Amino acid sequence: MKLLWFHLMPYTDLPDDFTKKHASVWVDIDSRLFDASKAHAMYNDFMDELEFAAEIGFDGVCVNEHHQNAYGLMPSPNIIAASLARRTRDAAIVVMGNSLALYNPPTRVAEEFAMLDVISGGRLVAGFPVGTPMDTVFCYGQNPSQLREKYLEAHDLVMKAWTEPDVFAWNGRFNKLRYVNTWPKPLQKPHPPVWIPGGGSIETWRWCAEMDYVYAYLSYFGYKLGQATMDGFWAEMDRLGKDRNPFRAGFLQFVGVAETRKEALEMYREPAEYFFNRCLHVDARWANPAGYSSEATIRARVASQVVAAATKASDSVAYGPPSFEEIVDKGYVIIGSPDEVAEQLREVAVNMNVGQLMMLLQYGNMNKELAFHNTELFAKRVAPQLKSLFEDKWEDRWWPKPLAREDRSVPRQVVVR
Amino acid sequence: MSAAGVSERLVKVGGESVRVWEKGKGEPLGYLAGLGGLLEWTPFLDKLAERRRVVVPSLPGFPGGGQLHRQLDTLADWVICTLDLLEAAGLDGKDLVGHSIGGTLAAEAAAFSRASVKSLVLMAPFGLYDENDPPGDPFNRRANEVAALFSSKPAEFAKARLTPPAGLSADDATEWTIVQIRAIEAASRLLWPLGELGLSKRLHRITCPVKLVWGAEDRIIPASYAKLFAQRLPSATDLQIVAGAGHALDFDAPEAAAKV
Repeated sequence: MKLLWFHLMPYTDLPDDFTKKHASVWVDIDSRLFDASKAHAMYNDFMDELEFAAEIGFDGVCVNEHHQNAYGLMPSPNIIAASLARRTRDAAIVVMGNSLALYNPPTRVAEEFAMLDVISGGRLVAGFPVGTPMDTVFCYGQNPSQLREKYLEAHDLVMKAWTEPDVFAWNGRFNKLRYVNTWPKPLQKPHPPVWIPGGGSIETWRWCAEMDYVYAYLSYFGYKLGQATMDGFWAEMDRLGKDRNPFRAGFLQFVGVAETRKEALEMYREPAEYFFNRCLHVDARWANPAGYSSEATIRARVASQVVAAATKASDSVAYGPPSFEEIVDKGYVIIGSPDEVAEQLREVAVNMNVGQLMMLLQYGNMNKELAFHNTELFAKRVAPQLKSLFEDKWEDRWWPKPLAREDRSVPRQVVVR
Repeated sequence: MSAAGVSERLVKVGGESVRVWEKGKGEPLGYLAGLGGLLEWTPFLDKLAERRRVVVPSLPGFPGGGQLHRQLDTLADWVICTLDLLEAAGLDGKDLVGHSIGGTLAAEAAAFSRASVKSLVLMAPFGLYDENDPPGDPFNRRANEVAALFSSKPAEFAKARLTPPAGLSADDATEWTIVQIRAIEAASRLLWPLGELGLSKRLHRITCPVKLVWGAEDRIIPASYAKLFAQRLPSATDLQIVAGAGHALDFDAPEAAAKV
């Protein structure tokens, strides 16, 4: 299986009384809480962590896009990915991704992803999220009633821009372009593998099946709650006659590894509580604007995880924030010794049938030392116990196909005089 | 439709069947409902129907209005659809009352096509923008705040307009909710992100008589917007601010609102 290292890039210095004094971590967060000189250190620590993860052997490193959000400091993940393209050698660069409807024109995404793919020697995974309501509707003023159609049109345009060798005209419903001729084109042919980060929407499952893309369920609430969604996904794949290749599916999981479970419980308490309290303090008003979820999805009562987060946020006002014990008991974070974590993750991967497992090993206000420690223990003592899973039976058709290692450029060492 | 004396018919607009309610005698008076649309006939409409034959076509995406809104991408699409709807309902060239988003479309219809509207009553329409006092946001949703945003009688409003009728099955309650969500989606399709739609450039084209009615406690489009409209509408003859009423002034003060 594939083990990937995912960074959300949370602002690590929200005050202790944040949830009491502020309504939301997202959209209308108080910008006076942002200290650029502290963020300078955060960004650089975070990029060190991503580079370390790539260097120590994770199959891929993942970044994503959020706006006006204190748990996600990457309005443009492509900027981080560009740096990773130069500072890493072998890891896949998984941009999860660019919210297509937000780019005007969307050929901008075709261009930037093509640049990343070419610079990295063909290591890019192209992620295309619809984007959360907070990011798309409220921060970027997108129309909730048109978002999905606009997204799908942008996808078709990007794909054609990548694969059509001749200059073409585009007369779409939302985009009109007389001359499309994306230059550069991606290195991977016909295009980089496409992964779709999504909540639990039936349309997304069907579309991933139809397009033969990876569906990645990026839940913050762990494998126990994620199971139902993944069961729904696989039931839909069965119904559509698709095979159960586990590499069709991705899943996100928080993990904390230490020598012993007791030690892990001590080490990861603070960053986990910081994330699940302060970082998920999302005002329910942003959760689900009319039109964002399709009527079919509402009918199927598949609550989006954003609604879940908002419900949790309002719950936490009424009942107090989740304790670390709850966070661990409910499986939001998998905690333990390397063997215990490996055993649990094997169970998670097998039960959910997920071949692309994305680990969150830095979260909340976790500092660089602990993030490195967690990453190193995982890479050296957890990963080897999981690597071979699924590999004998299934082919990962959704993994980047880079140039041969010896054909890839190596950045020259910068000598500071 | 169970309200006494109300007839219902279906007309074709853009290939979809659209509900038209009617009650009363005399010259027709068209009514385009506001945000959320009409799930049932209301006391406000009864008041109007005491003096006129009130004709109430449903806007696209609103209850009874089908799902044509999903085809409407631009303001021009919306206005043409509104003109089609007025013609189909027999309201072409007649007196027209529009509330909230219905008022916006009534005003746009009159500006695009003068002959289509004989006179206008605009009740708290969207369409202009005051940067010192932007409209309230009816599209972000924290369930316990919606009623107070719309109405000066939030508890009653929540019960009458936001709660599924008692005794519905779980599936029917879901469908009831979906109809409500669809109406908000349709409105957001035209109005989000609540900027100026360009109406200020077209108001000079409205030459028919116009009356403006506003709830003094409107928390979505503050009553100060009434003056902005009045200043830009040469033919505005009357401006009435209804005390004690919010944006849903048809609900909060049906008698006072219907007097105009």
